[in-house]
Amino acid sequence: MSKLETKSRFADPDAAYLALVEARRGLSEEQAAALDTRLALILANHIGDLDVLREAIALAKAAK
Amino acid sequence: MTANARKSIYSYGYRRSPDQDAATPVRRPVVVVGAGPVGLACAIDLGLRGVPVVLIDDADRIGEGSRGICWSKRTLEILDRLGVGEKLVAQGVTWKIGKVFLGDDLVFSFDLLPEAGHKMPAFINLQQYYLEKALCDRAGEIGEIDLRWKNKLVGLEPRNDHVRLTVATDDGPYTLDADWLIAADGARSSTRDLLGLTFAGVTFEDKFLIADIRMAANISTERRFWFDPSFHTGQSALMHRQPDNVWRIDLQLGPDADVVEEQKPERVTARLKRMLGDRPFELEWISIYRFNCRRLGRFVHGRVVFVGDSAHQVSPFGARGANSGIQDAENLAWKLAAVLKGEAGPALIDSYERERIQAADENIAHSTRSTDFIAPHTKAERNLRNAVLALAPRADFAQRMINSGRLSVATVYDSPLTTPDEETFAGSARLGAPAPDCPVRRRDGGASHLLQSVPGEFTLLTMRNGAVPPLPAGVRHVAVGEDVVDSDGLFAERFDATPGAAYLLRPDQHLCARWRHVDGAKIAAARDRALGKRA
Repeated sequence: MSKLETKSRFADPDAAYLALVEARRGLSEEQAAALDTRLALILANHIGDLDVLREAIALAKAAK
Repeated sequence: MTANARKSIYSYGYRRSPDQDAATPVRRPVVVVGAGPVGLACAIDLGLRGVPVVLIDDADRIGEGSRGICWSKRTLEILDRLGVGEKLVAQGVTWKIGKVFLGDDLVFSFDLLPEAGHKMPAFINLQQYYLEKALCDRAGEIGEIDLRWKNKLVGLEPRNDHVRLTVATDDGPYTLDADWLIAADGARSSTRDLLGLTFAGVTFEDKFLIADIRMAANISTERRFWFDPSFHTGQSALMHRQPDNVWRIDLQLGPDADVVEEQKPERVTARLKRMLGDRPFELEWISIYRFNCRRLGRFVHGRVVFVGDSAHQVSPFGARGANSGIQDAENLAWKLAAVLKGEAGPALIDSYERERIQAADENIAHSTRSTDFIAPHTKAERNLRNAVLALAPRADFAQRMINSGRLSVATVYDSPLTTPDEETFAGSARLGAPAPDCPVRRRDGGASHLLQSVPGEFTLLTMRNGAVPPLPAGVRHVAVGEDVVDSDGLFAERFDATPGAAYLLRPDQHLCARWRHVDGAKIAAARDRALGKRA
């Protein structure tokens, strides 16, 4: 069974964060939420592993 | 404000210069405008290289108030070469651990210098006025430096091969010619205004309260940063120790804060009591800042060269302001000295601009990202930031994205002065970066450090293997194993040094060429290249 990777995988985490910030720059809260939802779907498909996806959902819910 | 009325810490007198009585304007090789940390460091570096310097400042005292406090390892290495490093480290508070709190819980901590064997610590905290005092004292020991207080630059006329200055004094104005003018006159540079240069960039709307307080507290010496603490809900807070039981507190107030109200001592005291509880403290300094990230398009304008805040400005998160200014000064000083001595052409000064614009852009990028994280522009950006913070206790990747300031490290120059590697090297030494320090033993058996053994000139470090190759003029040779002994084996490790290997350091201790095996022609070519004589 695959395992969700939570260790940092980006060589430059600040650059990854910046890409996410810039994607939402100028968007309303609602527009940004819609963007995030599309991103979640795209990235979930990229992962392509239901176990990992469920683990990620659990982590996201736990982190509130 | 009473809290700020305290200090005229060190005063200096105006003294009339014979230049003011000259029938025709006196011509000086270098005039530096601004006796802050950057101007003083630049003047001292030039003076130690035998270049006469006139250093003018419009004040007659060392400025009080809360300004730079964090001095980075590379800055300390430079200051050590200038003769004040050990004194400042002894006077300052050494630290290397940073802690980040979310609410009131520690989410992660970082160590800025995890490896041993460096003479200088990752950081010291020291009030800027102490650093300026030490530099003023040092400048006074150097005959080449003519420091003129209450001399204000009011006119500037660029000529073909020099600049004509008008300087105002209590005795009236006088005219002075300079082959080179170095503008170290800070964020509100008069030199910049006199040349009509624009200083464009981003202003952040959030306001931050800076309070320096005196408090006897047994809190460990580390940088502490809070996102959304219970004592300051919804905002960030930063706390840093300085000498004399002085603490720097930096509280984010948001964009709508009332600048007058928020600086009232009773208001500040109430905020601080929420943070510090019942500990008694005295206010030393209060101010409110908004931050800019911007730079000049060019740092070199004919014979006028901008260094420090006059050339670039960043937010304070990361301690990249004064540190990068002192690194500008060091980059410029050896190059200008080489040009004035005829060892290099004026093209070498172009490399100052190229290398230090690279550094400024790096600092602005880091500083902008930190400020974006600490003070998100919109609700949508804040939601993303808060998601990172919420995940951080459970996920390493989110911890890595938390940005409370990425602290100043030296820039690795991508520079035409560098000779590309012919062979591969491991180790932490990098072309274009300052040589990593390591412990060495001197000939007389005394313990020392590598960077102390390579002061201010071109230096070839060799792992001697047979005869020393012929050295071009102006290159000193230090044989590792003879002149200095690699006592802890860390030179070999950090430079990936094998028998016969050689490393050429620039006068600013940056590594500009290295070889597994070398001959005189290669060394001469690398030195010429580092002097800007070939592309």
